[in-house]
Amino acid sequence: MSRDGKAADMSGLYRTAARQSVTKLDPRQLWRNPVMFVTAIVAAMTTVLGLRDLASGTPGAGVALHIAFWLWLCVIFANFAESLAEGRGRARADTLRATKSETKVRVLDGPDADPATASEVVSTSLRAGQFVYVAAGDIVPTDGEAVRGMASVNESAITGESAPVIREAGGDRSSVTGGTTIASDWLVMKVTAEPGKSFLDRMIALVEGAERQKTPNEIALNILLVGLTLIFLFVVVTLPAFASYSGATIPVVVLGALFVTLIPTTIGGLLSAIGIAGMDRLVKANVIAKSGRAVEAAGDVDTLLLDKTGTITFGNRMADALLPAPGVESRRLAEAAALASLADETPEGRSIVEKARELLGAGLGMPAGAMPVAFTAQTRLSGLDLADGRRFRKGAVDAVIRLTGQTPPGALAAQVDAIARSGGTPLLVAEGAQILGVVHLKDIVKPGVRERFAELRAMGIRTVMITGDNPLTAAAIAAEAGVDDFLAEATPEMKLDLIRREQAGGRLVAMCGDGSNDAPALAQADVGVAMNAGTPAAKEAANLIDLDSDPTKLIEVVMVGKQLLISRGALTTFSIANDVAKYFAVLPAIFVAAYPGLAVLNIMGLASPSSAILSAVIFNALILIALVPLALRGVAYRPASAAQLLRRNLLVYGLGGLIAPFLGIKAIDLCLVALNLA
Amino acid sequence: MTILAYSLYFAALVGAPLGLALWMGRVYGGVSALAGMERAVLRAAGVNPERGMTWGSYAMAVLAFNLAGFLLLYAILRSQGLLPLNPDGIAGMAPDLAFNTAVSFVTNTNWQAYSGEAQLSYLAQMAGLTVQNFVSAGTGMAVAVAVIRGFTAAKGGTLGNFWLDLTRSVLWILLPLSIILALFLAWQGVPQTLQGAVTAVTVEGGEQIIARGPAAAQIAIKQLGTNGGGFFGVNSAHPFENPSVASNLAQCLSILLIPVAFCFLFGRMAGDRRQGWAIFAAMAVMFVAGLAVIHWAEVAGNPLLGPGANMEGKEQRFGAMLSALWAASTTAASNGSVNAMHDSFMPLSGLVMLVFMQIGEVIFGGVGAGLYGMLLYVVLAVFLAGLMVGRTPEYLGRKIEGREVTLAVLAFLSMPLGILVGGAVAATAPAALSAVQDAGPHGLSEILYAYSSATGNNGSAFGGFGAALPWHTTALGLTMLMGRYAIIVPLLAIAGSMLRKTRAPVTAGSFPTHGPLFVTLLVLTVLILGALTFFPVLALGPIAEETARMAGQSF
Repeated sequence: MSRDGKAADMSGLYRTAARQSVTKLDPRQLWRNPVMFVTAIVAAMTTVLGLRDLASGTPGAGVALHIAFWLWLCVIFANFAESLAEGRGRARADTLRATKSETKVRVLDGPDADPATASEVVSTSLRAGQFVYVAAGDIVPTDGEAVRGMASVNESAITGESAPVIREAGGDRSSVTGGTTIASDWLVMKVTAEPGKSFLDRMIALVEGAERQKTPNEIALNILLVGLTLIFLFVVVTLPAFASYSGATIPVVVLGALFVTLIPTTIGGLLSAIGIAGMDRLVKANVIAKSGRAVEAAGDVDTLLLDKTGTITFGNRMADALLPAPGVESRRLAEAAALASLADETPEGRSIVEKARELLGAGLGMPAGAMPVAFTAQTRLSGLDLADGRRFRKGAVDAVIRLTGQTPPGALAAQVDAIARSGGTPLLVAEGAQILGVVHLKDIVKPGVRERFAELRAMGIRTVMITGDNPLTAAAIAAEAGVDDFLAEATPEMKLDLIRREQAGGRLVAMCGDGSNDAPALAQADVGVAMNAGTPAAKEAANLIDLDSDPTKLIEVVMVGKQLLISRGALTTFSIANDVAKYFAVLPAIFVAAYPGLAVLNIMGLASPSSAILSAVIFNALILIALVPLALRGVAYRPASAAQLLRRNLLVYGLGGLIAPFLGIKAIDLCLVALNLA
Repeated sequence: MTILAYSLYFAALVGAPLGLALWMGRVYGGVSALAGMERAVLRAAGVNPERGMTWGSYAMAVLAFNLAGFLLLYAILRSQGLLPLNPDGIAGMAPDLAFNTAVSFVTNTNWQAYSGEAQLSYLAQMAGLTVQNFVSAGTGMAVAVAVIRGFTAAKGGTLGNFWLDLTRSVLWILLPLSIILALFLAWQGVPQTLQGAVTAVTVEGGEQIIARGPAAAQIAIKQLGTNGGGFFGVNSAHPFENPSVASNLAQCLSILLIPVAFCFLFGRMAGDRRQGWAIFAAMAVMFVAGLAVIHWAEVAGNPLLGPGANMEGKEQRFGAMLSALWAASTTAASNGSVNAMHDSFMPLSGLVMLVFMQIGEVIFGGVGAGLYGMLLYVVLAVFLAGLMVGRTPEYLGRKIEGREVTLAVLAFLSMPLGILVGGAVAATAPAALSAVQDAGPHGLSEILYAYSSATGNNGSAFGGFGAALPWHTTALGLTMLMGRYAIIVPLLAIAGSMLRKTRAPVTAGSFPTHGPLFVTLLVLTVLILGALTFFPVLALGPIAEETARMAGQSF
């Protein structure tokens, strides 16, 4: 999308949000947010009273209408923030919906039926259990599982990733998603989703927020906000009685203004926007949350189960070092290892050639007339026979010993042992009957992973590496990557047990997985992230789905969850701390007539009672508006321990919340006086 | 000298409760040597002490026991004229006053709308009031222990058994301490006799009736159990209740002894002493700050009345400092006994006392009640700020979720409801207004003080207030009930709900609930959520009075 297009898109988003912020004034919608509902009632009441005074020419109508204006602004901007947050999701939903067109599809009688016998039906009429034939160029009509054939599928509509992926019958890559396109070949798929229940449908509903339900923590916070509102209602409703005892009268408009400034409008108005924006951040990270609860739980996670392959290591063993036998030059070993691997197209083989090139420099090509010897399960060797009769081999230690009929010299044997002990794989390299040295193959830990885990540890999150490797290898990699624990030779049952054990200890566990045999563990985990490339069973069991199928995403999900909770807490604290200054602005203003001595409470030195009340109301509205971007963006979050986070946030939002309104209200008061508005 | 005296007092106030908490921890855990006696008592009452209770049955037991106590006490007060041990021939109490008094003693408030020596027989004092002094304090302690168990016990445990906790509180904590204190007070000159009043001939030849009675026993428990209901009308300002500086200090310490010990008991039961120290520190910071204000205001005195301390309404024996210390202790601890007339204190002192009560008596507070009241603030503070560390807020490893927040808010509403709504009605209804003695802001302070004292279950009063007016005996009685049970029941429910949660282990990601940062947070929560709610009415009462005084006007 061009820059202009993006700008137009954004302005469209704002226009829609602006329109909706007015339509959301409908009491039936406002009711969902009690704090704003109450604010709207006070605003309406103030408007009516102001208009009445205006009609009857009573003095003070101007101030009342002025207050009413700012109260309405509060409500409208709260609506605006919510609409804006929703709008981002809606834009995404629209692009998704575009891929969901009605097409003709070829239905087969059974999985093995001849495609020629297919009957054509419309895609929307497909039911679960039917078999559909899809070939290159077709859009997959709905979710299903490949039961025959193999095809490359372009999933960019869902994931945004344009490189096609392979989908084939059987195994863990059998799942096909509605809305994706077959790039080549064909498949017979069994439909697994009922109409309107496909992954795409669910995703649209989720990002649109149509199915958005308040999360547990949000509900609890809402209750507290309602409770505080009730308390301040007691304060304001009983105040006229105490005031009349003291010989003071307080106009209803002023009581209303006091009430609205005291209730937690800032957090009340922005609470739902924070929640929607948090979900939106996940969508941006290409993760679909099946429930908001999972996002909150992600913030609480104590233990992360991470698959070794793909998350911690690159997933392939690679040459780490070439160690020559005594009396052999390292160049000679490198040359021999490279020649033995030139024809080897496996990642291991390529990595050996690359390692050798580091030593030899470029310019190592396939010699003319050379004959590759491929790896077989029987020989467990591969290599190259040159035209001049020289034969280069590399392979497992025992295979090379058998081939050459020699045992490695003592020093080399020690190195071989050391490699095996460190969890690596030793490969011997031989020319003819002479053992030249050993290649150290090992899992290479991704750069930056160690630091990431240290960060997680500082946040109090334990990382457990899951691997099918033997305990020796696992321990070596665990130590190198800096994980806290590992589970070696892991089976799905062991994973499930580990999760249950952790949970019994009161810890919340997150994991990711893709295979069908991961499904029970995914379901058991508090936060289960399924890879989109995974099986339908895994996706069903998980509560989050990563469209990029990137296992490192788990860490990002945790961060998003934490940021969501922190944003809520920060704005709540800020909102409540604000009350101190508001009391000091409004109380002297309403009581000074009865007790002139109470002017000492006017520590901000506000110009007049009416300017003081107006300033408090205006500050209340402006702070809500000013915090809309923060609510949508989320509070800045750096991984740190709870104690550090608390200290920092308490300082910024607690102390800041105490001080900011004193400065803000004073500044507004000065402006009002300068503009002659009060 | 002042600083030294205060330092010694505070050293005793930390040292003695530390030791007591150790003993209390053992008592509530069960001491095998005492088990036989406990079983005998409970068997006689038909209770199986082995059976742990859910929060619901614990709450029902509390309510049933207190209801029975109320009915019995009400009956005694109404019919005391017909009952024995009434050497002075005192008649039965009026229905509204008996209701008020019975509620007041059952709820551990000990608001006294009557004058003990004139309106109560010895039987009513001993079998009625003193019994409730023990068991209402025991009830508060039992509830606190149950609540602590809810927060600290392993998942799936129970809150304990109310009857057992009550029995242990009374038998092994309140009774021994009371005996020691009563003996000490009797030695200092407090009467303990069943003979009636003495008629003496004064120097001028006039005739004076000097009331006496079994005072020492009742005074001991009135202080230790944060009851506060004096044997005599003027409470511990009476030379028979509080004859010497030594008796004054002993009583002043015993007011705070058990409430402070509860902080340390909490840390002990939580298996992490720092948790107890944090709560103690938050309470202590507020206590010292309030005490400093009262001390300063009283020692400085009122320049309108000439130089020197403000001595009107104070005992010459105790002076400004000991009166200030007592006033701070008794309002902080929900005790309500007085050794000087609070009505006569300076406006700022009155302000501090009002705030101490209005925040819900959580600065040490009533025995047990202070701790569970503070835990209410802890729940709110942790929920508010806990989110800021990026996790669902948790306290002692247990998550604070919707249910706990709902219950905490519910409990929390009782303070503004009782004080603001009760006070507002009293400030406008003509039938209630005649109780007010003084004009202007001081009159409003009297009303506020009465309703704050009742809701906080404190029991002290601004002396000029006509508490015996039927309006107030009834309204204040209802307020006392709300201030007690509208907090106990939700808190037990919170405890029950916490107990069902798995305790998460403490990690670097857990919200730290000890240390200066948390103490600051807790204090701010108490001040902003608790005290600030009452800022408008306080501005019209003591603050307006103080500003007027500075301008040269007094009320």
